[in-house]
Amino acid sequence: MELLRFATAGSVDDGKSTLIGRLLYDSKAIFEDQLEAVERVSLQRGNDYTDLALLTDGLRAEREQGITIDVAYRYFATPARKFIIADTPGHVQYTRNMVTGNSTADLTMVLIDARKGIVEQTRRHAFLASLLRVPHLLVCINKMDLVDFDQEVFDTICAEFTAFASRLDVTDVTFIPISALQGDNVVTRSANMDWYQGTSLLHHLETVYIASDRNLIDSRLPVQWVIRPHAAEYHDYRGYAGRVEGGVFKPGDEVMVLPSGLTTTVASIDTFEGPVEEAYAPMSVTMRLADNIDVSRGDMICRPHNKPVVGQDLEAMVCWMTDKPLKVGDFLMLKHTTRWVRAVVRDLHYRLDVNTLHRDEGASTLTLNEVGRVALRVTQPLFYDPYRRNRQTGSFILADEGSNITAGAGMLLRPN
Amino acid sequence: MDTGQGSAVTGQYQLSHLRSIEAASIHIIREVAAEFERPVLLFSGGKDSVIMLRIAQKAFAPGRIPFPVMHIDTGHNFPEVIEFRDRMVAELGAQLIVASVQESIDSGRSTEESGADPSRNRLQTRTLLDSITEYKFDAVFGGARRDEEKARAKERVYSFRDEFGQWDPKNQRPELWSLYNGRHAAGEHIRVFPISDWTELDVWQYIGEEGLDLPSIYYSHRREVFRRDGMLLSTGPFVTPRGEEERFEAVVRYRTVGDMTCTGAVESTASTVDDIILEVAASRLTERGATRADDRVSEAAMEDRKREGYF
Repeated sequence: MELLRFATAGSVDDGKSTLIGRLLYDSKAIFEDQLEAVERVSLQRGNDYTDLALLTDGLRAEREQGITIDVAYRYFATPARKFIIADTPGHVQYTRNMVTGNSTADLTMVLIDARKGIVEQTRRHAFLASLLRVPHLLVCINKMDLVDFDQEVFDTICAEFTAFASRLDVTDVTFIPISALQGDNVVTRSANMDWYQGTSLLHHLETVYIASDRNLIDSRLPVQWVIRPHAAEYHDYRGYAGRVEGGVFKPGDEVMVLPSGLTTTVASIDTFEGPVEEAYAPMSVTMRLADNIDVSRGDMICRPHNKPVVGQDLEAMVCWMTDKPLKVGDFLMLKHTTRWVRAVVRDLHYRLDVNTLHRDEGASTLTLNEVGRVALRVTQPLFYDPYRRNRQTGSFILADEGSNITAGAGMLLRPN
Repeated sequence: MDTGQGSAVTGQYQLSHLRSIEAASIHIIREVAAEFERPVLLFSGGKDSVIMLRIAQKAFAPGRIPFPVMHIDTGHNFPEVIEFRDRMVAELGAQLIVASVQESIDSGRSTEESGADPSRNRLQTRTLLDSITEYKFDAVFGGARRDEEKARAKERVYSFRDEFGQWDPKNQRPELWSLYNGRHAAGEHIRVFPISDWTELDVWQYIGEEGLDLPSIYYSHRREVFRRDGMLLSTGPFVTPRGEEERFEAVVRYRTVGDMTCTGAVESTASTVDDIILEVAASRLTERGATRADDRVSEAAMEDRKREGYF
């Protein structure tokens, strides 16, 4: 059974909670005690409906204010797949949460109210999904029951969205007309929309082809930990433990270790269960090398004819996530794959309006929830790929040197 | 770069969902071992901590687990679980630290709750925090899962704790990709939850696939119980029926393992892992809702305890 991670974003009235509630309920992932608790609280509050948002709004502050303020992770499974939902709030002041939820998603689900069509929030969600390179975009045009299941409404919205999406970097967009409240096209095809020839939403989630989304070309193993057992039987054992972040490694492959640039071959790829014939993302393995060369945490094992970019001057799209603004000259800690380095902000080329995609080249800071293109210099070279080529070796986080909080997230671009 | 040397590779390179979440958990455990000075793994003998131990074992094989294992011992445990704990730790050759709630009470650090059958659930927090200080632990692995409870659904894999051990749910660090930020000042620490994304069903499927050993009370057995607040509690040295509560024998098993005073049994004839997988898949109650009195105190019982420094 495969795993699909998907992100959703939305506000109180667009039907997102109803939709998630329905997916969870229909797949039996909501339990009776949870439903009873939600019904009880809904009643106490004087709601005349069961507010399924209470299922995901787990914190006291969220329930008190009736809003989602953080990413909630929900789980359900069907016989076809296991699903992890990253459920995030949709308002602009929660852009950082949406960025977080999208960072690990295979698919982003954007909800559009059929009566309202494309609104600012729709554009923001789609843009953030493309910025984070989520491979699949699923656009659900909801509340079709309130527009008499009219095909023309659906077609108009699809056309408008497609025109907007042409400005974005999205490759796979699917549109589905639904009614989350009545269940049309959610689990099964709706009899109310015989003009719609596609699949139901759940069927799409179960079958969307994700196997080719991973990078199986550029072999990358960032070294996390060196295994040297203190036992007589493993006296000469030296294994480089890490998670494969791209490509495929096999015993006998010629490999290069960065930063040393030394080459050798793969002696074996070990796991607890024994050696394996090949390792690919996202496997956690232990690699042994034929030659005794110096390898430590933070090093990168790759192929000699397919190396990552090695550089200290970085260009990146950065989403800022803390109150203290980012400005040129700031020093920060930066984590990329398995290494921390110090970074200085060299330049802020522009700030991007996440609603209009307008570039403000006169911007001097990035404040909380803002996105911009930034130039950084780091104390030691990083071994990276452009984010659009590899989301794992192309991403980094920034931490404040004093408070240690995670202050920003970056997606690396091809160097100038 | 970008030589495109690879041949056309298709979808065969795909991990199953269990192997995929296992690989992610191994990655997290290795990150912690590499970046922290003194990690420790909390082990209760429950199924989630059994999985944690197995994954830690896998992360460092053929080497040993490079950190100790700690049990916060309330003194109100099921004897089967203590016996199991000692056997597991001995098999792995791991170092076991037992932090005793009874000792915290005896030394005046904690005060036993008043009333009949006091629960020591909440008292574990003081003992845990004192041990973290005593041993200078900077990373504490726990086996909590996000599907267990709604406050946990919001918690990060790396959950920052201040010098008082407190969790601040409104001020959590964003957590992106698999880039974890464990930076902290002296006296602060990080709780790490490597199996956050596992569900109860995943846990049982994994136990089945790996053939993992568990305390016998997870499987169906006959035991003397009584009913309190809709839960079946085991009679024993720490909890006894009051007035109307009648003792009777039932065929039960435990879905979670906690204190004898607050962990309820469920009536079940499931005596193998396969039976349990079927039972869990068909269950209409969450494991905590079905079996834990400690979560029933208020709607935010778990959030409140976690803020104080609970697991």
